[in-house]
Amino acid sequence: MLRRIAFWIDDRVHLGKLYASTAGHTVPRNAESWFYVFGSGTLLCFVLQVVTGICLALVYAPTASEAYTSLEYLNYQQQLGWLLRAMHNWGSIFMVAIMILHLTQVFLFGAFKYRRGMAWISGVVLLLCTLGMAFTGQILRFDQDAYWGLGIGAAMMGRVPVIGPALVQLMLAGPIIAGETLSRFFTLHVFVIPGTIIALVSLHLRLVLTKGINEYPVPGKQVLKETYEQEYESLLKKDGVPFFPKAISKDLVFSGIVMLGILGCALYFGPEGPHGVPDPTQINTVPKPDFFFLWLYAVLALLPDYLETILILTVPVIIIGLLFALPFISGTGEKSARRRPVAVLIVILIFVSVGTLNYLGTYSPWSPKMSAWSAEATPFKYIEGRTPLERQGALVLQSKQCRNCHSLDGSGGLRGPALDGVAMRLTGDQMTRQVIQGGGNMPAYGKNLTPSEVAALVAFMKTLRGPNEPPARDSTSPGQPAPRQEKVAQATP
Amino acid sequence: MAVEAQELNSATPHGVSRRGFLLKLGFALNVVAASLVGIPVIGYVFSTFRAKDIKSWINLGALETFPENETRLATYRNPYTRPWDGVTADIPCWVRRIEGEKFQVFAINCTHLGCPVRWFKESHLFMCPCHGGAFYEDGSHASGPPPRGLYEYDYKVENGKLLVKGGQLPTLSQPL
Repeated sequence: MLRRIAFWIDDRVHLGKLYASTAGHTVPRNAESWFYVFGSGTLLCFVLQVVTGICLALVYAPTASEAYTSLEYLNYQQQLGWLLRAMHNWGSIFMVAIMILHLTQVFLFGAFKYRRGMAWISGVVLLLCTLGMAFTGQILRFDQDAYWGLGIGAAMMGRVPVIGPALVQLMLAGPIIAGETLSRFFTLHVFVIPGTIIALVSLHLRLVLTKGINEYPVPGKQVLKETYEQEYESLLKKDGVPFFPKAISKDLVFSGIVMLGILGCALYFGPEGPHGVPDPTQINTVPKPDFFFLWLYAVLALLPDYLETILILTVPVIIIGLLFALPFISGTGEKSARRRPVAVLIVILIFVSVGTLNYLGTYSPWSPKMSAWSAEATPFKYIEGRTPLERQGALVLQSKQCRNCHSLDGSGGLRGPALDGVAMRLTGDQMTRQVIQGGGNMPAYGKNLTPSEVAALVAFMKTLRGPNEPPARDSTSPGQPAPRQEKVAQATP
Repeated sequence: MAVEAQELNSATPHGVSRRGFLLKLGFALNVVAASLVGIPVIGYVFSTFRAKDIKSWINLGALETFPENETRLATYRNPYTRPWDGVTADIPCWVRRIEGEKFQVFAINCTHLGCPVRWFKESHLFMCPCHGGAFYEDGSHASGPPPRGLYEYDYKVENGKLLVKGGQLPTLSQPL
């Protein structure tokens, strides 16, 4: 009876053929590897994001005046709203992370090489779409970070020559951030980009199915255009298994782990923000992006100003261009990472640099600590035993916001060097010059300090050295006589 | 089937066949209809592309609220506001009264990438929290990544009130 129903359905829906060409398609047996699970992992995260996103959209109000309130409602009053918000946030973090793993794995296993180039290219566009989702999603969490983040995005757009102002107006839906700005990002995040992603993922999957999943690379076995297709076909015939049920087990396990991971992180860490009402008049705020963009935050802080516009405009184009061009640059040859040292070096370089920049972005040492001048007291050990003039100097150091950038005994800003041993590095004259004229990342204080304030400040800073350490000396007055000449004479025969 | 194809592709001795004519008509009609539908839609989406200078004069308050030789924070309602903006439409700016009716009104946005700058009256510096930019009291660039001094509003004094011309987010390519 069941068989008859099954046949009836299959006659009309043709599920059997669909199954044979998708879940049941043949894959090389050695493609059943833990390294191959990240693609399906990314897709799983996307589906989860759509589901949690729909749930959030049932309550979220995408207007500038009500977005924040609706987020707080979701956090504190909507039943399990906090959990949905947390799962959506952690889903996005997992999705970006697993997508990067997927990209790295495909790159290192040569799965972009001959015949599979279009799958790679559609994947690059998916990467850009996902980062677009991350950015627009951050904005929808409409708090102070989002408001000023919009301004930062607009400022970057504004640096594009010729069409800069038009791009700013297009992004902000007007000349300035107003109600329509948030709606524009809502439309992008909910309709335009997910639609594009769904279309592209379909293409991406179709390409994977028709071109076949990459066989596990063997060192020494090169990809050649003339022979690859037949080799792959014969491999499938010799050692091919249907994906379901023979090669899907590791993907299933990883999917389960990812889902539990997202749920676990959501339960443990809870939802993110919203931080601070998006009221522009609350200017005592330190806007920061989410973790996916901390590296960009660090780069923009550390670049010298004359390089910034050029690099902002050209580097993304170059990187994306290289990504698109990869199947053409390196479409044949070795697949195994063991025979591709340049590929491995590139991956290590990118991970180390982006990772370091991300780490720096978490605590942003370049940001002045805006409250240090009034919240961090001068350490007592730098006050005791000082003369009144030196103590007055300590007061100047505090009240002129020097501590916002300079630290004493570990507390204070990290923008400038710590001043604990400054007397060992700079003489009094050098300190006076630095304070009055500035230099490097330090402003000139000459107009903002009276001469007596400068004298007191320098007197204080000259006491800042360890008890047994000598002060800095002017190089024109040597402290010790030159070594005796005999030693030099002995060395030469 | 070959006969049908022949009918479709070849002109009859008296001209184009009915099918061929309908095909051409279908293409032509759809081109016209698509443009009639598409142009307004594109115009709607890109309406902000062509927004002209919509800055307007905004009252920041009486002159007495700005003591001489001081820099104070003033806020105004964004003239480009929408009814559903809420507090997002309250824009701050730094007003420096040099003396008498001489002012400098700075935009809150840092010229590096737009974060809100903070004024410190003890050291006479504006400091930006995002990437460590700093500006002097007169708005000129002091240190850090910003490429120029603070953006300044056009201002005028009328009837004892300070007015500024605002309503646009200042960027490097379109400062106030």
